[in-house]
Amino acid sequence: MISGIHQRESEAIEKGSSLGRDSWLRLRKNRLAMTSLWFFVTVVVICFLLPIFSFVPDPNVTFPELQSAPAFSTATSVDGIEVYYLFGSDHLGRDIFSRILYGGRVSLAVGFLATAVSLTIGVAYGALSGYIGGKVDAAMMRIVDILYALPFMIIVIILTTYFGNNLWLLFVCIGAVEWLTMARIVRGQVISLKNQEFVEAARSLGLSQWRIIFRHLIPNTIGPVIVYTTLTVPAVMRLEAILSFLGLGVQPPDASWGSLIKEGADRMASDPGLLVYPAIIFALTLFSLNFLGDGLRDALDPKSSKD
Amino acid sequence: MESVRFVLLRLLQSFFALLCIITLTFFLARLAPGGPFLDEKAVPEHLLEQMNKKYGFDKPLVVQYGLYLGQLIQGDLGPSLGNKGFTVNEVISEGLPVSFILGFVGLLIALVIGVPIGVFAAANRNTPVDYGLMTVAMIGICLPTFVIAPILGEIFALKLGWFDVAGWEGSTAWFLGAVTLGLYYSAYIARLTRGSMLDVLSQDFVRTARAKGLTPSKILFKHAFRGGITPVVAYLGPALAGLIGGSFVVETVFGIPGLGQHFIKAASNRDYTLINGTVTVFAILILIMNFLVDVLQAWLDPRTKTGN
Repeated sequence: MISGIHQRESEAIEKGSSLGRDSWLRLRKNRLAMTSLWFFVTVVVICFLLPIFSFVPDPNVTFPELQSAPAFSTATSVDGIEVYYLFGSDHLGRDIFSRILYGGRVSLAVGFLATAVSLTIGVAYGALSGYIGGKVDAAMMRIVDILYALPFMIIVIILTTYFGNNLWLLFVCIGAVEWLTMARIVRGQVISLKNQEFVEAARSLGLSQWRIIFRHLIPNTIGPVIVYTTLTVPAVMRLEAILSFLGLGVQPPDASWGSLIKEGADRMASDPGLLVYPAIIFALTLFSLNFLGDGLRDALDPKSSKD
Repeated sequence: MESVRFVLLRLLQSFFALLCIITLTFFLARLAPGGPFLDEKAVPEHLLEQMNKKYGFDKPLVVQYGLYLGQLIQGDLGPSLGNKGFTVNEVISEGLPVSFILGFVGLLIALVIGVPIGVFAAANRNTPVDYGLMTVAMIGICLPTFVIAPILGEIFALKLGWFDVAGWEGSTAWFLGAVTLGLYYSAYIARLTRGSMLDVLSQDFVRTARAKGLTPSKILFKHAFRGGITPVVAYLGPALAGLIGGSFVVETVFGIPGLGQHFIKAASNRDYTLINGTVTVFAILILIMNFLVDVLQAWLDPRTKTGN
């Protein structure tokens, strides 16, 4: 009987003390962040899944006779293929909606993969630097300081021009230059954690240094890391879009949101839809990620909340 | 004494960073596949050899690097491979003032718009005014320069005719470019100012000032502003680096012959000497700015000197 009560109590305590659950509950109350979350999830799902279904026309099939069709129109090509243009067609008769979806795949993939690269480097570097401490830490952080002073946009441009417009390379390049802030954040966290009792306990249990770093310290830095990751994705997507806009990123006929906006900007006077639709989707996606990041910061670390 | 040490250390660091970037760009350019002369179709073998010899590309890489550094110290960036008959120095001295005016006015616009909005939003925190302003700022952050630039061009140059569509000499198009750059960073600065002003306003010395019965405006501008502006000053260094990136877009859209245009052109032409030259100038600009920002920040907030 008594043990039963104890059990229930300990269950209650366990539930209440979970960081993830607490934060989720707090995040759920933040309407703006939740709307952003669902919007972003919807965009990702549509971009990656919808092109599988056949009713979305191939983004690269051109119908010269169906140029600049208005939005919400149906058209039939000479070959008898019926096309429904949700957002109209461009100057080559390509469906804008499906180009936005395919472009979105590229933009989002760059965003995710480059962020993953920066996350891996940044977390490992920051955790090592913070954990080792002393002279090594000072030297490692000086390197970060120096790298901070380098003009990254320019380095990425140089890399992409010299080594070809390879999309995979682009991810790695962007990821490899975006890890600095993450390293600083993780280092700060690790320094504040490494003298706490649970680490001492792990050490006295005879765990290896690597195990302490990767199993005990890094998982405890998860809050700020999640927040900063959410904010890195839109930053990377912006960088990719700028590169594509300058003609240094994705090459035609492939598309990303940046290259679509570029095409739209060139033909804005005759066909504003070409610029407006991809620009709106792009801006809303970045918007949702930024608000989600803000919401996550408030949810994961209520102390730092803005008000 | 400590201040001197701090300044010297920062100078040393900046110099080292500069050396890093010069070395990096030099070796990247030489290691990259394809050469500057490969584009010209069917260049005879002996001619290619001659050209390589003329530009010193036949020597070992390390020797080339040493020669390059030697020239660089004398301020000679060599001939531009892409612009026949021009030296890199000439191309840069033509583009730099243009980019400088564009960036300077852009940064000025960003500060003039961003800081007051941030202070105003912080003073009215959690009111509809605050939420409204911050939402507008967030929209500004998410609408990249390459969307704003064509739209501003369309409205103010083509439709209303207030500004020229493109060009530099005798043209007003650059002002639209500066506004484009400024708007984006003003949104960032507004959010940053608001956040740090709120931080400062919640501190004890502000409460004391309030308890002494000072007017809200005096507290805001005399007491809180200096602390609240520090993160904005710290942001100016990265902002300049970003501004240079943004200027690539703006210069492309408005046809402004700045350094950014030359850099992009050099990048697509594989004009090695011009790429290295422009990157060196960009790096020097950013490093000078970062250095000034660090010093200014240490003056505003002496705690940053000791790194606490």
